[in-house]
Amino acid sequence: MQTRYLKPFRVIISLFFLVLSTLIFIDFRNSFSEGFISSFLFLQFAPSVVKVLQVAGLSALGFLVILLLTMLFGRVYCSTICPLGIFQDVVSWLSVKLRRKKWPYRYARPHTVLRYSLLGLTVVFMLFGSILLLNLLDPYSNFGRFVTYFAKPLALGLNNWVAPMLMSSGIYTLYPVTLPAIRWEVMLFPLVMLVLVLWLSLKYGRLYCNTVCPVGTLLGYLSRFSLLQIYIDEQACSKCGRCDRVCKSSCMSFREGSVDFSRCVACYNCLKICPDNAVKYSANHGRKISLLDKNTLPASKKKDVAAKPAVTSIVDDSKRSFILTSMLVFFGINRFAKAAVDDIPEPEQDTTIPEKKNFPVSPPGSLSLEHFNRACTACTLCVGVCPTHVLQPSLLDYGVGGFLQPHMDFHAGFCNFDCTSCGEVCPTGAILPLSVDDKHVTQIGVVKFERENCVVYTDNTSCGACSEHCPTRACDMVPYIGELTIPEVDESTCIGCGACEYICPTRPYRAIYVDGNPRHKTAERPRTEKVEREIDFEDFPF
Amino acid sequence: MKRRDFLRKSVGAGFVAGTALSFTGYNKLFATELPEADTPYDLVAVRGGEPEAMFDRAIEAMGGMGNWVKPNQSVLVKPNIGWDVIPERGANTNPGLVRRVIEKCYEAGASEVVVFDHTCDNWRRSYQNSGIEAAVNQAGGRLLPGNDESFFRDVKIPQGRQLKEAKVHELVLNTDVFINVPVLKHHGGAQITISLKNLMGIIWDRRWWHRNDLQQCIADFGTWRKPDLNIVDAYRVMMQNGPRGVSEDDIVMMRSLVISPDMVAADAASARLFGSEPHQIGHIRIAHEMGVGNMELENLSIHRIVV
Repeated sequence: MQTRYLKPFRVIISLFFLVLSTLIFIDFRNSFSEGFISSFLFLQFAPSVVKVLQVAGLSALGFLVILLLTMLFGRVYCSTICPLGIFQDVVSWLSVKLRRKKWPYRYARPHTVLRYSLLGLTVVFMLFGSILLLNLLDPYSNFGRFVTYFAKPLALGLNNWVAPMLMSSGIYTLYPVTLPAIRWEVMLFPLVMLVLVLWLSLKYGRLYCNTVCPVGTLLGYLSRFSLLQIYIDEQACSKCGRCDRVCKSSCMSFREGSVDFSRCVACYNCLKICPDNAVKYSANHGRKISLLDKNTLPASKKKDVAAKPAVTSIVDDSKRSFILTSMLVFFGINRFAKAAVDDIPEPEQDTTIPEKKNFPVSPPGSLSLEHFNRACTACTLCVGVCPTHVLQPSLLDYGVGGFLQPHMDFHAGFCNFDCTSCGEVCPTGAILPLSVDDKHVTQIGVVKFERENCVVYTDNTSCGACSEHCPTRACDMVPYIGELTIPEVDESTCIGCGACEYICPTRPYRAIYVDGNPRHKTAERPRTEKVEREIDFEDFPF
Repeated sequence: MKRRDFLRKSVGAGFVAGTALSFTGYNKLFATELPEADTPYDLVAVRGGEPEAMFDRAIEAMGGMGNWVKPNQSVLVKPNIGWDVIPERGANTNPGLVRRVIEKCYEAGASEVVVFDHTCDNWRRSYQNSGIEAAVNQAGGRLLPGNDESFFRDVKIPQGRQLKEAKVHELVLNTDVFINVPVLKHHGGAQITISLKNLMGIIWDRRWWHRNDLQQCIADFGTWRKPDLNIVDAYRVMMQNGPRGVSEDDIVMMRSLVISPDMVAADAASARLFGSEPHQIGHIRIAHEMGVGNMELENLSIHRIVV
C-alpha cells in the first residue's frame, strides 16, 4: 500500500529539519539571514506557545499549525520537525546498526504518572510566571544548547584547523574564529541532559519524548483525537510481532493488537515492516474495532491523572527541584572564577574600587528583566547569531528562574550600535525585534564611571578608550590637566551597549561599566552641533 | 596552548605561502632605518579635489608609485576601517582613495595587494559598511581578517621607552611594502588620529597601550617599522566626537590629502589642516623627539597642489 512510502518520506523531511536546525545553531559566520532563521523556526512548538502567551503576536502562531497537524496526523511534529526527536532517531538508528539488532524494541507500559506530572508541573510553573521547567525540558531549547555547547566547538575546532591550511593554498573562504570561552558550570546541565537523551535513545528509542518531554506529552494527549491514527487490523494480523519490535515508542502491543497512539511519534516504521498490511493508518480506526475497547479503558484512567497532575506528584518533584536548586547555587558560587576572555598583560597597578552592579543586563528588545526571564527558554540561538559575542549564557545571574538565559557580558564583547539580530531571530518573543532607529535609543543599562579607577586619574596618561568606542557620546572626554582629557559620562544618552566597559583597560575593576536597567528605558538622542568651518582650499597652513 | 601555537604557526606559514611572498619582509624587522626612496619632496599636500584625483596628482608629484612598489613585490595597504559606519561619517578611510591606491600599486607591478585592519567594531560589519570591502574587491586586492589573535606575532621594540613588545599582524611581517592610509580625525583620547595612531590597527593588545601611557606607546611603536609611504585621507574630516563620531554634523568637507614617507611629517601637516599645532599632540611631539620623523614642517621640502 502507499502508506509504506510514508516512512522514507518522513525520513527525508526530518533530515531536512535536523540538518538545517543544526547548521543554524552552529553558524559562527552569520551565514543565515535573520529572516530565514526566524521563518525556519516558526514551527517550533514551545517557543511559539511562549511567544503567543507573552506578546500575543500573530506572527507566532506556528504552534497552531502544529496542533492542526497533530489533530490530523498524530505527532508528526515529533517525528519530522522537532530537532531533538530526530537527533534521537539518528542516535537510535546508529545504535541499532552498531549492535546489529534486527528487532531492537518491544512494547512497554507507559510512564503515565511521570509524563503527565512533568507536563502539569511545567504548566503550573508557567501559570505562576516561571518558565524554568519549560526551559529545562523543552526539546527545541535542549537541542539548541546541545549544538551550541558541544557540536559548535567541534565545528569551530575543525574550522580553525582547516582554515590555515586552506589559506596556505591561497583559498580564503574560511578564516579562524575565536569565541569567548563558555563557563563549564553553564555546560553542566546541558551535559546531564545530553547524557540522559543519549542513554534513553541508545536503549529505549523515544522514551525521552514519552516521559520527559512536555511537548511530546501534550501532543500525545491530543493525538488520541487525531483524525488519522495507526491501528492493527486484527482480521489481517498474523501476530508476527514485527511492528512491536520496530516501534521506537514501544507503544505497539502485537499481542493485544493495540496501539497507544498517545505515545506514537508517527515514525511509520510499523507501516513499512508489516508483511500482512495489517497495520493501518487511517481515519477508520479504533472505536469500531471491538478489541480496542480494552484500550479505551486505561485511556480514561489516564485522563483522571491528567486532570490533577500536580497534586499527586508535587512533593516528589519539589524535592527534586530543591536538590537541583541547591546544586545550581553551589555551582553558582564559582561564577566569578570565569575563564579569562581578555588576554592582556598585567596592568601596572591594580584598581581598588569594585564595580557596583545592581542588575544584570538583558538584551535590547527584551523590555525588562521580568519579561525576558518569563519568556526565554535559553535555546542559545541569540548567543549564536550575536556578531560581537556580547550575548553569553548566564548561570544564575538572573536568579534560578533565569537559569542559563543569556545576558549581556561586556567582558566578552559589546553590543554593536546598528545591529538588531538577536531580536530578529528570537523565537519565543523574549527579545522582541527592534528597528535600528529604536535600538539607538533603547537603554538596557546605564554607564557608571569610577574616576579613581581611571588611568587618566591614577597615571596621568592619556587613554580615552571608553569615549572612543561610545556611539552616543554618553562618555565624552573633557579637559583634565594640560593636554589630558578625562571621561565624563551622561546617563541620559547612554544606551548601555557596554563598549566602554569592554574596552576599559583597568583591572581587576574597570573604571567604567554598565549597570543593568531592570526595566529598559528610552535614552535621549545625542545632542550634536554642526561643525561650522570655512575651508580655503588655496590656503595651506604649513 | 600547544594547539594554539601550532595554529598560529600554520596561519603564519599560510600567509607566507598563500600570498607567494619571499621572506624579505623579515629583514625590515632588524633594520632601524629603511632605505629612503628617492623622492623629489619630503611631503606633498593637495587640496580642493576628489580623493582619487588628489591622490593621482600627489603620487605623480612624488615621482610615481614605482618609487615604493617594485614589480612582483607584495604590498600591504592599511586603511582605517575601525568602525561600523558608512563612508559619509568620515570615521574610516575613504573607500575611493583605498581603491585608487590599490590600483596604483598594481600599475606599478605589485604581485599582490592585501588589506586589513584590526577593527574596533565587529570586523565583518565594518569591512562591509565602510565601503572598503567593495573598494578592495573592485581594485583586485585581497581584504583579509585582522580580528583573530592567531594572526598576530610577538615582536620586540628595542627603541621603545614604555612599549617594549607588541603582537603584530603577520601580514605586516610578510609583505614587502607597507602603505599606511589613515584618515584624519578628532580623537578623544589621543587628541587626533592620523598615521602614527593608525598603526594601532596592526597590533593586537591595544588595551595595554591605553593602560600604559597611550601617547608614549604610539610614539614607541613608530620606532619599530615605519610604513614606506603614508597617505593621509583628509577629504571628510571628523572635527569632533572622534574617533567614532555621532553623525554627519561632525564632518567638515576638507577635500585634502597629504602624502609623505615620513609618518611624523605627514601627521604634523595633517594636524595643521585640522587646526592643531603638531607639538601640542602628545604622540607627534614624542615621536619627533625620538627621531621617528620630523614634525618641523619649516625644514621640509613641501609641494603644495591645488586641484
